[in-house]
Amino acid sequence: MLQSVDDEWTGEQARNDGAGPDGGRNSIIRIRDVEVVYPDGTRALHPLSLDFMDDQVTVLLGPSGAGKSTLLRTLNLLVSPTAGRVMNGENRTLETAGDIRGHRTKTAMIFQQHQLIGRQTALQNVLAGRLGKHTFWRTLWPFSERERRLALACLDRVSLFDRAFSRCDSMSGGQQQRVGIARALAQHPKIILADEPVASLDPSSSHRVLTQLRAICKEDRIPVVVSLHQLEYAREFADRIIGLSNGHVVFDDVPDALTEGALSAIYGEP
Amino acid sequence: MIDPLAISQTPDRVNQLLSEERRRRRVTTAKIAAVLVLIFISLWVTEMLNGSRLAEGLPAIGTIMSEMWPLDFSRWKQWIGPLIDTIAMSIAGTALAVAMSVPMAILAARNTSPHPAVYQVARLILNTLRAIPELIMGIVFVAAVGFGMLPGVLALGLHSVGMVGKFFAEAIEHAHPEPIEAAQATGATRMQVITHGVFPQVFPYYADVTMYRWEYNFRQSTVMGMVGAGGIGTELIGSLRILDYPQVGAILLVILGAVTVVDTLSNYLRRTFQ
Repeated sequence: MLQSVDDEWTGEQARNDGAGPDGGRNSIIRIRDVEVVYPDGTRALHPLSLDFMDDQVTVLLGPSGAGKSTLLRTLNLLVSPTAGRVMNGENRTLETAGDIRGHRTKTAMIFQQHQLIGRQTALQNVLAGRLGKHTFWRTLWPFSERERRLALACLDRVSLFDRAFSRCDSMSGGQQQRVGIARALAQHPKIILADEPVASLDPSSSHRVLTQLRAICKEDRIPVVVSLHQLEYAREFADRIIGLSNGHVVFDDVPDALTEGALSAIYGEP
Repeated sequence: MIDPLAISQTPDRVNQLLSEERRRRRVTTAKIAAVLVLIFISLWVTEMLNGSRLAEGLPAIGTIMSEMWPLDFSRWKQWIGPLIDTIAMSIAGTALAVAMSVPMAILAARNTSPHPAVYQVARLILNTLRAIPELIMGIVFVAAVGFGMLPGVLALGLHSVGMVGKFFAEAIEHAHPEPIEAAQATGATRMQVITHGVFPQVFPYYADVTMYRWEYNFRQSTVMGMVGAGGIGTELIGSLRILDYPQVGAILLVILGAVTVVDTLSNYLRRTFQ
């Protein structure tokens, strides 16, 4: 299964770009030779090319500072690559502000610190997922009845229907993260990006959040790209693991292929 | 894709929640409407909606503006001293205000006040200081200590405590409880918790408020000239009394320049305090 490409044979992969679905799968986001250097000179990502396919839970695995968050954020261009291209499912390179906004409406994100508005209710926070679907002026008025029903269905999907009117800052970390998932679902995304979604949660909440993300991927057929630093969770929930170390992709395969050798490449020599 | 109808709840339960949400929104709308009505009534009784009266007033303002022209800077040398006096008065007044506001804020913040009664008294003192205009305080202090900048500084400082102390106290109330808990966990005393758990958090905000107040006090100290507190304000009132509009315009322009300098300087200081 050819999903990532190294620097040397990027050209070959590029020629295959027009060939369409890869093994019956559609790619949702493709990145080519993407490189990120931060203004202070830190090289967060060395040039790398990856395809993200539908119907899969992809885990970005690696220690802190390996470039997981940076890679994830280039996928919706919250971080703009210093060089290289980010393409959507239609092979369109995302360049203009309009392109990027359109791409983001279909690319939902879940954050480590939940990034909810604490003084608003769960329902209000979920409705914020609909922002990209409307103009500025429209969003100054209440959302439609249909969208409120959708938001309630999204809360129901993460088993928080009964907390619809609870202020988010009165909820536990795990519940807040599930509101974040509901907000992502309300966006009707083509792909969900989750940046260390369980890094600040206890094991049982973590398990619940990751189980829900995997169920959403399989049942609603929304691909999920999730960055994690816990190996056990990666093995348990991933269909595909991309191992990152110092901004390089050092592993890209199914979880079963994750040998001791591959682990030391990701986490360094023991 | 999530379908709004694909929900595990009964339709009744969903409709119940939706009507509860509508009720909440109606309450919010009613509150906003009440505020808008209040604003409208205020605009009405103050004749802000009286278009013809406003339109008639415009030419008069134009006349006064035109009488200021050409501006008369001939006495500029006599303004330098009073301008420095005014700056000194604003700095001294602000320093006095901050020195008194820091302890007042500790007493007037719910989470650091030693006793609810102390909290209420401290709030009452701050409200009183805020309620007495600095002009009235100026007159009182001129009567008490005589003419000069001293009554001006006392009036500016005391009146400022009303606002600065209130803002400082509110900042303490909004400080994050976690570092405070951490300080308590080390066995620190009440005062140590305040100086090492609270102050480091609120310091940038205190710097903001102080710099804003300094700029305000500079503008206000020109008004203090009216009650004989000296400074550039005395020059301004002097020119205004003899209806020397070209000189009034010139002094106003000098004050504008000085305010800009004070504002720039306070912005710079604020950045360095962050």
